[in-house]
Amino acid sequence: MARPHRVVIAKAGLDGHDRGARIVARALRDAGFEVIYTGLFQTPEAIVKAALEEDADAIGLSILSGAHMHLFRALLALLERDGLGHVVVFGGGIIPDVDREALIAEGVGEIFTPGASLDAIAGWLQARLESAPAGT
Amino acid sequence: MSGSRFEERLRAWRERHADRLVPGPVDARTATGIDVAPLYTPADLPAADREGLGEWYLERLGFPGEAPFTRGPQPGMYRERPWVMGMYSGRASPAETNRRIRSLLERGQKGFSVALDLPTQVGLDSDHPLARGEVGRVGVPIDSLRDMQDLLAGIPLDQVRQIRTTANAIGPIAVALFVAAAEANGHSARDFKVMFQNDVLKEYVARGTYIFPPNRGLQFSVDVVEYCAKELPHWEPIEFCGYHIRDSGSTAVQEVALALSNGIAYIDAALARGLEIDQFAHSIFLFLAADLDLFEEVAKFRAARRIWCRLIGEHYGAKHAESCALNIFCYTLGSALTAQEPLNNVARVAYEALAAALGGVQTLATSSYDEALGLPSDEAVRVSLRTQQVLAFETGVTRTADPLGGAYYVEFLTDRIEEAILAYMERVAAQGGSLAAIESGWVRQEIEDEAYRKQRRIEDGAQAVVGVNRFAEGREAHYAAMPAVGADTEAEQLERLAKVRAERDARRVARTLAEVRRAAVEDRNSVPPILDAVRAYATIGEIVGELAAVWGRHGKGF
Repeated sequence: MARPHRVVIAKAGLDGHDRGARIVARALRDAGFEVIYTGLFQTPEAIVKAALEEDADAIGLSILSGAHMHLFRALLALLERDGLGHVVVFGGGIIPDVDREALIAEGVGEIFTPGASLDAIAGWLQARLESAPAGT
Repeated sequence: MSGSRFEERLRAWRERHADRLVPGPVDARTATGIDVAPLYTPADLPAADREGLGEWYLERLGFPGEAPFTRGPQPGMYRERPWVMGMYSGRASPAETNRRIRSLLERGQKGFSVALDLPTQVGLDSDHPLARGEVGRVGVPIDSLRDMQDLLAGIPLDQVRQIRTTANAIGPIAVALFVAAAEANGHSARDFKVMFQNDVLKEYVARGTYIFPPNRGLQFSVDVVEYCAKELPHWEPIEFCGYHIRDSGSTAVQEVALALSNGIAYIDAALARGLEIDQFAHSIFLFLAADLDLFEEVAKFRAARRIWCRLIGEHYGAKHAESCALNIFCYTLGSALTAQEPLNNVARVAYEALAAALGGVQTLATSSYDEALGLPSDEAVRVSLRTQQVLAFETGVTRTADPLGGAYYVEFLTDRIEEAILAYMERVAAQGGSLAAIESGWVRQEIEDEAYRKQRRIEDGAQAVVGVNRFAEGREAHYAAMPAVGADTEAEQLERLAKVRAERDARRVARTLAEVRRAAVEDRNSVPPILDAVRAYATIGEIVGELAAVWGRHGKGF
C-alpha cells in the first residue's frame, strides 16, 4: 500500500494568526494526509528544512500579514536550490487577486482565500498529488 | 412591596447618585415624547405583579454602579456619557499614522489606538532579517523613542480620553516609550492615560506575538501592573483579553472563562509582589468580542460583570466598590465578517455594536466592512465610526441603563452563561491554573477543537452565513491589491533607524542596556531601567535582546 501523502503546514514570517493553518492541518489529517504543523515564526529556510526532513510531498503556507510575495518567492527559490522542485507549494490567506495570479504563474500550485471550503482544499491537494505519485 | 428592603435600596440608590442620574447630553424622551427614566426595575411594574421580585432583583441584578454590577459599572451608564468610540488605526510610517490619528480626532473621536507592526510587537528592530516584508504592514513600526515622538507630535494629549496600544509581549517597553515621548513632546505622563493590552498569556494560545517563555512573559506583563499602580495609577496597565481567544474560534463561554483565568494568574502574581487588590483592580479592563448572536452576547457582558464582582470582592477581598465594577472594552468580532459581498459586513458590525451597547460596554471599537479583504480603506473606517455614532445618537439605546434587564429571556441566558463560565474556569483551575494549562497545550487544543467544529458547521450549513452558505449568489470574493506599504516604508524606516543609531550617545546606550540586563538577573521591575534605556534611544530590539539573554525565548522560530 502506498504511504499517505505528507504535507508540511507552515506559518511564515511574524504573523501569529494560525486559526486557519490549524484548521486546514486538521482537515487534511481527517482526509488521510500525514500533516506536520511547523508552529509560528518560521523562516523559508526552516520550512524547506522541515520539508526535507519530513520527506514532504507538499507545503502549505499560511500568511495573513501581507508579506506573502516575499515569503512565497523565497520558499520557491530555496526548494529549487535544494532539489525539491517536485514539492507542491500551496497557500492560504488574504492574498490580493493580482498577487495570487502572479504567484501561481511563478510556480505556486494554488492559493486559497477565506471562504475556501476544507473539503475543496483537501480535494485539490489529493488530485494534485495523485497526478504526481508520492515519493517520486 | 412598600417598605421592603428592595424599595429602601432603590431609594438609597437614587439619593446616592442623584447628581449622576440627570439626563446628560442625551435626549431622555422617545420620538413621541415619552419621558424615559434612568433605570427601570420591578418598582415600575403594577404592584400586584412585582410581589416577591425584590430579593431576586437585589441578588441577581442590583442597581447600575453597585454590586453585583449586572446592569453596568456606572449609575447613569450612557445617559451620563456614551461609550468611548475607539478605532483601530496605525499603518505605515509614524508620520503617516500621526496624520491619520489627528484626522480622526478632528472628526470627533475621543480616543485612538496605536497598532504596532509585527516586528515591533515581537521585539525585533526593523533591520532584523525576520522583519523583512513586515515593516509597517499591519501597524506602525516603532524602533526607538524617535519614532514614538514623531507618532505623537502635535497631538493634544491632555484632551484625549484614551490612547490604546496593542503592546503585549513588550508591555514595559511600551510604557517607557509613552512616558519618554510625552516628556520629549512637552507633556507629562500625568496629563493623559494609556490603556495597554499587555496580556501576553493569550498570545501563547491565540494571537502569537510572544517573545519569552510564558512564566517570564507573565512576569514582564506584571511589571507594567506594578509600575502603573505605584507611579501612574490613572493609567490602565492591562486588559484581560478574551477577544483574541474568541477570534481564534472559541465559544463565548471559553472567551470569558479563559480571559478571567489568565486574569487570575496576573492578579495572583501582582499580589505576590505586595500590591493590594484595590491598588489596581479598578484599572483593569476586560477586552471582549461582540459576535452576532445578539442576546447571548448581551447576556455574556452582563454575566462577566457579575462574575468579576464576586471574584474581586469575595475571592480577593477588595474593599473599594470601584475595584468590583468591571469595565469592558469591546471590539466587534473580525472573524464574523465575510470576504464575499463585503458590504453585508456593515449590517453585521451594526448588530454586533448593538449587542455591545445593550450589554453596557465602556469602550467600543468597530470593524471595517472590508477588513476580511485586508487592511481597511479610509472609507470603510469612516463608515465604521458612523455606525457607532448612529447607534449612540439616533437609536435611543443610551436613554436608560441596561434596557434589556429583567427580560425573562435575557435573565435566563445571563444565568446560564454565568454558570457555564464558572464551570469552565473550574476546568482551567483543575489543569493547575492558566499558566500550567497554557504550557501543557491544553488551552490551545480546546480552542482548536472548537474552531474546527465551527468551521465544519459553517461548511455543512448548520450555521448560517448569509452570502456564503445561505442565499449565496456564487459571487467570488475579490481581493484588491494591498496599499503599497512595501519597500518604500521599509527603506525609509531603515534609514531612520540607522540615523538614530548613528546620532545617539553610544556609551549611554551601553550603560543603560547593561542596567536592563542586571534588573532581569536580579528579578527587579524592568520598567525603570527600560525607561532610562529608551531615553538614551536604545532600540526595542536591543532592550529585548538583553532580556532574552537572561530569560531565553519561547518557541523554535527565532
